[in-house]
Parts: sequence; C-alpha cells; structure tokens
Amino acid sequence: MSSNTPSSSAGGVGSADSAAPRRNSKRPKYSKFTQQELPACKPILTPRWVISAFMLVSIVFIPIGVVSLFASRDVVEIIDRYEIECVPQNLRNNKVSFIQSDANKTCTRRLTVPKLMKQPIYVYYQLDNFYQNHRRYVKSRSDSQLKDNSSWNDVSSCKPEDMSNGQPIVPCGLIAWSLFNDTYTFSLNNQQLAVNKRGISWKSDRDSKFGNDVLPRNFQNGTLIGGKSLDPTVPLSKQEDLIVWMRTAALPTFRKLYGKIERDLQPNETIIVTLENNYNTYSFNGKKKLVLSTTSWLGGKNDFLGIAYLTVGGLCFFLALSFTGVYLVKPRRLGDPSYLSWNRNPGGH
Amino acid sequence: MKRYVYINDDESSHELYCDNRISNRKYTVLNFLPKNLWEQFSRFMNQYFLLIACLQLWSLITPVNPASTWGPLIFIFAVSASKEAWDDYNRYLSDKKANEKLVWVVRQGIRKHIQAQDIHVGNIVWLRENDEVPCDLVLIGTSDPQGLCYVETSALDGETDLKTRLIPTACMGIDFELLHKIKGVIECPNPDKDIRRFDANLRLFPPFIDNDVCPLTIKNTILQSCYLRNTEWACGVAIYTGNETKLGMSRGIPEPKLTAMDAMIDKLTGAIFVFQIVVVMVLGIAGNVWKDTEARKQWYVLYPLEGPWYELLVIPLRFELLCSIMIPISIKVSLDLVKSLYAKFIDWDSEMIDYETGIPSHATNTAISEDLGQVEYIMTDKTGTLTENRMIFRRCCISGVFYGNESGDALKDTRLLSAVAGCSTDVVQFLTVMAICNTVIPIKSKTGAILYKAQSQDEDALVNAAAQLHMVYVNKNANTLEIRFNSSVIKYEVLETLEFTSDRKRMSVVVKDCQNGKIVLLSKGADEAILPYAYDGQQTRTFIEAVEQYAQLGLRTLCLAWRELTEDEYQEWSLMFKEASSTLIDREWRIAEVCTRLEHDFEVLGVTAIEDRLQDGVPETIETLRKAGINFWMLTGDKQNTAIQIALSCNFISPEPKGQLLLIDGKTEDEVCRSLERVLLTMRITSSEPKDVAFAVDGWALEIALKHYRKAFTELAILSRTAICCRVTPSQKAQLVELLKSCDYRTLAIGDGGNDVRMIQQADIGVGISGREGLQAARAADYSIGKFRFLKRLILVHGRYSYNRTAFLSQYSFYKSLVICFIQIFFSFISGVSGTSLFNSVSLMAYNVFYTSVPVLASVLDKDLSEGTVMQHPQILFYCQAGRLLNPSTFAGWFGRSLFHAIVVFVITIHAYAYEKSEMEELSMVALSGCIWLQAFVVALETNSFTIVQHLAIWGNLVAFYVINWIFSAIPASGMYTIMFRLCRQPSYWITMFLIVAAGMGPVLALKYFRYTYRPSKINTLQQAERMGGPILTLGNIEPQQRSIEKEVSPLSISQPKSRSPTPVYEPLLSDSPNSSRRSLGSRSSSSYSRNCKDN
Repeated sequence: MSSNTPSSSAGGVGSADSAAPRRNSKRPKYSKFTQQELPACKPILTPRWVISAFMLVSIVFIPIGVVSLFASRDVVEIIDRYEIECVPQNLRNNKVSFIQSDANKTCTRRLTVPKLMKQPIYVYYQLDNFYQNHRRYVKSRSDSQLKDNSSWNDVSSCKPEDMSNGQPIVPCGLIAWSLFNDTYTFSLNNQQLAVNKRGISWKSDRDSKFGNDVLPRNFQNGTLIGGKSLDPTVPLSKQEDLIVWMRTAALPTFRKLYGKIERDLQPNETIIVTLENNYNTYSFNGKKKLVLSTTSWLGGKNDFLGIAYLTVGGLCFFLALSFTGVYLVKPRRLGDPSYLSWNRNPGGH
Repeated sequence: MKRYVYINDDESSHELYCDNRISNRKYTVLNFLPKNLWEQFSRFMNQYFLLIACLQLWSLITPVNPASTWGPLIFIFAVSASKEAWDDYNRYLSDKKANEKLVWVVRQGIRKHIQAQDIHVGNIVWLRENDEVPCDLVLIGTSDPQGLCYVETSALDGETDLKTRLIPTACMGIDFELLHKIKGVIECPNPDKDIRRFDANLRLFPPFIDNDVCPLTIKNTILQSCYLRNTEWACGVAIYTGNETKLGMSRGIPEPKLTAMDAMIDKLTGAIFVFQIVVVMVLGIAGNVWKDTEARKQWYVLYPLEGPWYELLVIPLRFELLCSIMIPISIKVSLDLVKSLYAKFIDWDSEMIDYETGIPSHATNTAISEDLGQVEYIMTDKTGTLTENRMIFRRCCISGVFYGNESGDALKDTRLLSAVAGCSTDVVQFLTVMAICNTVIPIKSKTGAILYKAQSQDEDALVNAAAQLHMVYVNKNANTLEIRFNSSVIKYEVLETLEFTSDRKRMSVVVKDCQNGKIVLLSKGADEAILPYAYDGQQTRTFIEAVEQYAQLGLRTLCLAWRELTEDEYQEWSLMFKEASSTLIDREWRIAEVCTRLEHDFEVLGVTAIEDRLQDGVPETIETLRKAGINFWMLTGDKQNTAIQIALSCNFISPEPKGQLLLIDGKTEDEVCRSLERVLLTMRITSSEPKDVAFAVDGWALEIALKHYRKAFTELAILSRTAICCRVTPSQKAQLVELLKSCDYRTLAIGDGGNDVRMIQQADIGVGISGREGLQAARAADYSIGKFRFLKRLILVHGRYSYNRTAFLSQYSFYKSLVICFIQIFFSFISGVSGTSLFNSVSLMAYNVFYTSVPVLASVLDKDLSEGTVMQHPQILFYCQAGRLLNPSTFAGWFGRSLFHAIVVFVITIHAYAYEKSEMEELSMVALSGCIWLQAFVVALETNSFTIVQHLAIWGNLVAFYVINWIFSAIPASGMYTIMFRLCRQPSYWITMFLIVAAGMGPVLALKYFRYTYRPSKINTLQQAERMGGPILTLGNIEPQQRSIEKEVSPLSISQPKSRSPTPVYEPLLSDSPNSSRRSLGSRSSSSYSRNCKDN
C-alpha cells in the first residue's frame, strides 16, 4: 500500500536515506523494529473469513458435543438420598436432636442396579449445602503439621480447633475435625460386597502432603466432637478418608470418594447398603446421598459439557447461516470510500 | 532588597551569602528514603495500593498471601526509587565535578588555586581563555586593552554566537597588579533569574579612582556556565554564587505535564474505585447477614457466639481486599514502559532526521506521546519555524530607486553595482548604515577571510550584503571600527549604541567619523519606528510603498536612516543617557525615553528587504494537519503584512474568494472593541468553510482584547480555526496558549527561539525546532525536531499510534483485572459470602504482572492503519482528537466484556467441574486457565497487525503459562502440587477450555464483525480499503485540486506584483459587505463548528 504515499516531504526524505551521507554518529541505527516496520500480517474480518470460522466451530463442536453426551449417558449412576429416610419416622421433626443423641443410627438401604455396571464402580458420598469452601473452614488446617512430625505443634492457622486440653491437636483445624463419619457396608445376594478403600486419595497427597510418620494425636478429644475419630496408631498417610476429606471442595455440592467396588454389577441386582448415619447435616438442611457410579473417559455422569457443546455449536451454525444470509441479501463492499464522510462533503466534518 | 558586595573582602560576606557550592540534588543519603517514599505516596494510586498491602498484613481478613500485593508494590517502588536515585547520583557527580574544579581566586592579595565551591561573594576570580565561568561575575579586567572580552553563552540561552562583554568604565585602565588589591562596593539587586538584565552600580574605593558611581549592566557581567573565548584572561568580582546565580535561580523543575489520556484514566480509575466500594458494601452486608443467618447453623465452621467488636468489619474488609485487584497495580508500570518505548520510536525514526544537520528528533518528555494524537490547536512561531531563518538580502530601495526588482537579487542588479562603483552619496550612506549600524563582531579567521558573529540573522544578512557591495566591515577594536569601501579604509569611533528592544523596534548607533569628526546617528528599524520620525520635508511615500510592496512578497523590511548631530546636541544628550543608564529602577524604560529624544528628524535613506525562505514542506504539512482537523494559529513578532504573506504562501489562509481574513486593530479600547465585535459578528454569520475564515490581530490590540474583552476574544478564538497574531511578545504568546487551554483544547506550541520558550512550556505539548536561533526552545520543549515538516509525522504517525495503543492498553488492563475480580465475586456467592479467594496467591500475582501484561505490551507494535494511509487521510486523526477510543462509553464496552467473560468462565467451570471433580485447587486452575485462554484471544482479536513479536507474545505467553504452572506443580510446597499435570491429562480439561474460548469469543467476534461490516467506523473502512487493495488509490483526489488552485495564487513569486494596491486578501470583510446578506442565510450550523465536530 505504501506505493501510493502522497508526495509528501516526509516520504521524500525517507527515500533519500541511503543517498544522504552519514554525517552524524548520533543518528539512530536503522532496523525494522526501530522504524516500526516489522513485516506484519494484517487480517481483516471479511465475511468469508468470519462465516467460515463460525462454520468450522460448529462443525467441530457438534460432534464433540454428541460424543461427550454419549459418554455421559454411558455412565451408570445410582443415587440414593438417605438423610431423611434414615431418621426414624417419629423423630423426623427434630432430626438434629436425633443425630446428636446416642441412639442407634444404623439404617438399611436397598439399591437396584438399573443397567450393567462395569468395574470399577466408584462409591461416593455426596453432600449438599455444605460449604467446604467457607473462608473460615478452608483456611483452618496446617499443612506443615500434616506433612512433618517435627512440626506437630504448628497449629497457628488452625483456630478454633488448634488446641484441646492445652495440647496441640494432630491433625488440627476445622476440616479434619469435621471429618465425614457415615459408613457404608454393601452386600449383594447376602454376600458382603467388598469395597476397596485403598487408593481412593491422590497419590501425590499420600506421598508428599501427609507424612507417614505423623500419627493422630489428641484428636476429637475436646468438648465438642465434630466428625470421625482417627485410629491413633495409623499414620496420616494411610488415613485415606481424611486425605480425601482434606481435599476441600470448591462448590457447596460435592462428592467425595468413599471406595471402589471392583466387580461388575448386573442389571436388576439389588444391593443392600447398611449405613451408619452419623454425620450431622440436619442443622443446616444439608442433603446426604450415596452415589455408585461407573466412569467414562470424560469422568462421571455430567451432561453439561455435551449440551454446552451442542448449544455453542448450534449457535455458531446459526450465526454462520444468518451472516451468510445477510451477506447475500445485503452485500456490502468493504472499504467503500463513500463511507468516508469527508469524501461525501469535502472539507467538511 | 539590595545586595552590597564589597570587593576583595570575603570575610564580611561569609555569613550573609552562601558559598559557591552548587547543589542540584533533590535528596541526601539520609533523607532519600523518607522523601522519595513521601513523593511516591502523594499519588492516589500508590496510597491505595499501600492501604491494601497494609490491610493484607492482617491475616484474619487477607484472602491471599500478602506477598501478592507487597511483591509488585515493592517492585514498582523500587523501580521508581532507583531511577530517582540514579538521576540524583548523576546530578551529585556533576555537581561535585563543578564544585571541585580549581579556579584562580585572589586571597589576601595573592592569586591562589582553590576549589570552585570555596568562592565567596566579593572574591576576585581570574579566568583564562576557554575557562568555564564558575559563578556570576562583574568584570573588572581583561587582557584586552579596551576592556573587552568575548563569552559564549550557549549553556545559558542557547545562542551559539559570541557576545562581547566589557569592563565598567571605572575599572578601565587599572594596572594588572593593582587588580589584586582593588577595593570597592557593588550595589546590586538580590539574585533573580533574568539573564538579560542586571542593573547595578559600582563604586571603587580610593586610591583607585574618584568616588564616582559607575553604572553596571548585563554587558559588564559574565554569568555562570558561560565560556570565555578569544580573550587571554579576564577577572571579575563574584556577585552571585552557588545556587543564587542567575542560572541557578532560573533552574527549576518544570511542572510535570498530564495528558488528556492520563486524566481520563484517572477518572476511570476513580469510577472503578467507586464501583468497588459499592460492591464491597453490598457483599459486606450480604456476608454479615449470611453469617448471622446461615453460617451459625453450619456447625463445622464453628463461629463463636460473641465476636470481637470489629467483627462486623471483617467481611467487608475481606471483600475490599478481594476486590482490590479491580484497580490493576500493573497499569502504571505497563504504561510507563510503553510510553518510554513510544518516545524511543520517535528518537529512532529515520524519517524524522534532519539530513542537513544530522540531528534526529528527540522526545525529552516520554510521558505525553498520546497527547500528540489529540492536538486540536497548533500555535506556531513564524521565523525559524515556518521559515528557514536564513536571511538573504534580496532587494532594496535607496532614495526612491528600487533595486533588485527585475532579477530578484539586488546584489546582481547592475544599476546598484554601478551606483556603488560611482560612489553615489545616497548609496554610500545607505551601505554605511548597513555595515555598521549593528552589534556584529567581525572576526578574522586564520585564512584572512572575515567572519561575522551576529546576534540577529537580519544584521548578519545586511553586513554580508554590504560586504558584497564593497562596503566591508573589517575590524572592531573597542570603540573604533573600520570599514573598507573600494579599498579606502574609513574609521569610525562608536560613541553610543542604542540597543534594539522589541518595544522601540529600532536600534541606533552614534558614531564619530574619525576623518572629519562629524557625529552621526545611524538607525535602522521597523518602518513604523523610523518613517514617522523622518524630518519634516522628506517625502516618505516611496518608502511606504516600498515597504508595502516588499511585505507583500513576504520579505522582511528594515528602514535605514541617519542624522548628523551637532557636538552640543550629542554632549547634552549623552549626559542624559548616562544618567538613565545608571538608574536602578525602570532603567529600560528610562533609556527608551532618552533614546527617543535623539531618534527624530531622520533622513530616511532607504528600505532593505530580506528574504526569509519557507522551510521545505511547510505548506504540505500545514495543509495535511489542517485536514486532520487541527487549527493553526501563527504567533509572530513580525509585522502584519509579512506575517500575512507568509501565511498565504504556506497554506495557512486561503486567498480570496475562498478565504476571508478579518482584521482586529485599533489603538484604543473603543476601536479594538468595535473591531472585535465586527469580526465576531462576521465570524458568526459566515457561511464559508470555517477554516477559510481567519482573523489577524496585532500585539497592541491583542493586549487590549485580552485585558478588557477576554470573553469576546475567547469566543472568537473558539469560532475561528485560523488566526494570525503579529507583533506579539513572548508573554502574549503564552497568554494565548493559556486562553485556548482554558477552553479545554489540547494545544501544541512549536517554536525555535528563546521568545517561544514560555509558550512552549505553557502548552500541553511543546515542540522545539533545533534551529538557527539556538537550542533554547528545543531544550525547553517536550519534543525537539529538526524541521517543521516533521511535525506531520510526529502528530499523525507517532501521536496517533501512541494514542491508539495506550487506549487499548489501559482499557485492557482494567478488563483483565475486572475479569478475575468478577470471578472472585461470583465465587463468593457459592462460598457462603465469606470472602474466600478462588485463586491462590501465586496465580493472582502472576496473572496481573505476568500472564496478562506480556501479551499486551506487544501492542506497542500494533498499527491499525499503515502510515501511508494515515498521511493520505489525515482526517482520521479526528478519532483521536475526539477521544473516540478511550472514553466512558468504550470503557463501558470493556466493562461489559469483562463481565460477560467472567460469567462464561465461571459458569462453565463450575458446571464442568461439578460433583466429584469440584476440588478447589483444580477448579481454580481451570478457571484461571480459562481466563488466560480468553485473554490471548481477546488480545489477538483486538490486534490489527500481527508482527512476529505479537505472535510470540500472545501465543508464547499461553505456552509460558503452562510451563510456569507445570514448574509450580512440580514443587510440593507450592500449594498446587501436581494439579496442572493432573489437569492436562484430563480430556475434560481441554474440552472445557475450548468451550470457554468458543463461548467467550463467539459473541465478541460476531458483534465485532457486524459492526465492522455494517456499521464501520472510518478507521474500519480505511482498514478494509487498505488491506483489500483497490479503491483507496482514488480516495485522495478531491483535495489536491484545491491545492493546485492555492498554489497558483501563492504570491511568493519573484515577478513584479501586478498592482501596487494591496490585494484583496486581507481586506477585512465588513458586515456591510454585499455578500453578507447571502451568507447569513445558511450560516447557523457552522457557528459552533469546532464543538460540533466532536459529537458527530
């Protein structure tokens, strides 16, 4: 485009660059960078480009959406909400006092397998309306204490669950203190269904976040008992329920891995779950659910990605179509000089 | 109010006056830290960041590690502080060098070598040739028998020629040895910064001379930082020392200039701050309510029943800290960085190098490049700025005979040459005045040729022309000067020099012819300062005509005159003059008054015409910039006719019938008022294009107008796009700039001489031309360029790009901070409004200072339109002038975009990573990477031209994001151990990223495409035209036609003017002109033109 530079003096000087004798050493060195003349590609939004971009997105997104949706649909999930059912009928109007009493909280649930579930089947517990991401809660832990036995009394960040009876708590803090303590045992056809509780936490957590020489100490000894107690003879790196629980969830509805069932479940098989309904979600109207789920390449059952992909792909397709339509109906020459208003009324505005 | 300096008596001055230690330092070692911190914290932004950083130290409320604010804050402060410290250290070194320089000073009657800092007031300082003057001195002796010495004052006023300085008459002829013992008192005013004035008296004590008061002027002083030249030695009494010298007093740090853009950014920052406070209050209240209703039920949170007294404040303060990133801490650093790069681009620009002198353009002020793109008014000096200031003697009129009219060069006019050869009396007198009525110093070079050192270019031209006409000014020895005419040497004794002042507009010398003892007054000056004082019988008509004719050709005219004085008249007057020159109060005025008593009854000898050629490319530059919507005002000290002619020849105003030039004149208030009102009326009703109507005003009328009719004049200034102000003083130039600034216009002042310095400093942008009048203007200016024509490139290319780039950069900085901040706010709604930060400290810090800053810095290379297109369509500058790219509405667009993107990232993340995947650290990294991906595409979409640097910055930054996070993920203690590895292995992570990009950018792209194609701005249209090739070639064809018309009538041709009567160009358009009724019909719209154009 520079070929048509008006015969301005500046242009003239520029061309004289090589001809003029170099007299002054102060003169800046010429380079394309200093002259802001690096070769540049200057794309513009032509209809063809934009329409094909939208078309491309829709062509890519719709199949991915379909695949994701299928992946999600392939996951078999059994969800059983039990926190109300597991309170005896007569105590249901005061569930909080029930959960805080010493009454027998054992409860039996029957789950029917709807479809073939291939191993491994993950057992989750799901809590609703539980704010593990509350600021007071999420900060109340001591990573150094969990990792290293020597800093067992580093409880400064654990308030208000830092000390009990004048002694530091290991593991300290609200998170550990409120450890989930419902338990599930599964049986199938009157046979115990083994639930593997090893390897449910992240390996990196076991290896480097929770020390294998850190033993629980002075835990759940205070006046207020929060959740589960820990076996003081087992090092923290082996307390996988704690490790899983300590990976705080970012959302108030979350699932945490309880264990894995390492065998296939056939359709219409009935699993009997005997559970200890210990954990208090009643005071804040939280739900508790037991979830058995298989998994796909995309994770658990979650239609969101598939639907979102289909929506975005569809919208892009629609946009591409309508842009094409508008382009065909009302073509508009790009860079039409008549749009420059100073050309319409010269010398004017 | 007065200072008494006792010569050679340094004891008494010790307590009274400071020693000669110069100190330009701002800090000392001890006060550096507190003073520098205090200065930095006087800015609102820094105070804000400090407050945030302090709040973060309170661990109860801080959502993140305090290091995430302290780190960048300390970094920013350290950078500014070390820059200051480095500058100050350099100043200290240069001070030290100057202070410890050895000088010869008389101590107890003996000359000693001491350090310059030990000089005291009253000391006698000896200088040798080429020595720098260590403090302000009053000369008392030189090696020259006549008591002369030469100094170079370029460090003081930028003038490179040598100036003569002479010892006071009282000290004349004192023996070399006695100078060591001289005693006396100098009565001088307290130190001031006026380097052109020194009104003092000297009284020497016996036995040196009779107890007589001897007046001292600036001619008797040599000031600090000058150099002694061409003189073997000189000595003087120190009168002002250290920081009290005239140079020291005039040294000062100019007010930092704030660009319109900075003001707008500050305003937007303020708005964001208010928004932030509102958000904090709302969330704070919501948080407290939620805490009291819900969180008490959440037993696992274990809220105590009774909190401390400040409990209510905790949650709002937490949110304040969470939202503090809304105001990006990086914006100042990024802006400083890119602005210094803009300045470097100006320095580097090879198309703005003056190839005659090899001087590149230079941006002294690196902070105001964007303002260049927003200029609305350019105030330009004429001489040396529009013209070359290379004076060439072209024509003359000697006693009614015009020389040089045919050939355009009087020096080649055979009639004149033969008149010279024939020793015609008139011509010889004329040449004598040309040769010696001046302050030129002839210097014989080694080769024998005579070089003239002149302070004014006109004098230089005249003396050189006289020399070519065989009247050679050969030598000047104190009071005698020699001229050689046709090989006969004539000697004159200079009795008095009545110097040129801008008020008197003439200068004279009184000389005594050494041959016949006749005393003659020789004068030269402006026509109005000479012709009215001609003796009664003389016909001055031809001279008036000559002046008019020359002025129409754009030539500078000077009238030459002389008068023979009788001995008595001279003696009588000489006494008065002496008395006037020794007064301390109003000396200048008194002298002027005395001078007029001598300067009358002239015999006018003739008129000289000197050509001052236009610089290359001036008309084109002015035309282009006017098309860009910039209004031009010419402020010149020259006379009206010359100014108008120059204005015509450089496209400043259009000739009739297109152009109208209205005159405001008058000597009294009433006349000026009437004239002003008439012009205003015409201006309001005129229907011709506003740019073709100009007004011209002279200094006298301007003073009245500014004093009494400021309002009317302001209105006129707004209405008129062109103005010519002639005969204005430097302070009036500054006043006019001030006037336009007060109307909220962006002004640019361009000039080359010392008289433009005030205007340059006053204007929003000062541009200095490093020209022949020295470097004074260029030093005071924000930008210095070699030629006027570079102004076009400076404004249209550098100013425009800088504006565009800063507009993008600043808004983008807010955008990216807002995105992350909105996500934090949304997250607070699902975390119990408790003020949890979704992102960890490292990510937050790196997000602001690294991930999002690097790609945007590459936008300094972005060009929306090529330079050629901008030059061809300068009208596009209007977008910058009107602030179209950075204003509340564009900012609202970016604000909306950040809200939209935050929603997209947040909603997709929490749904894609729900249930078993809702792990905090993972989710936070997903959201952060979503933001980074969007940023990359936003920058890419807003970039107009991709160079390799931009590609590297945008996509390299994306890669760097992953690399950095992988590194962090490999460190067990980092808080995000293994997170990034885990995420990158999940297909769902990548699928989520693509979804975020598509959902976030799709609507933005669609909207942009729609605007671009169906509601294109002019920039878009030109972009399309430029990049598709094609119709742009034909775009510029309407304007050049106008040009060619103007060119034809451009009257700087050397041909004889066709008529003697003034061309109708500057005939004032009177309200009763036949055209006016027609004009008044369709006129209303244009009356508020200059404001309208901003709104359309």
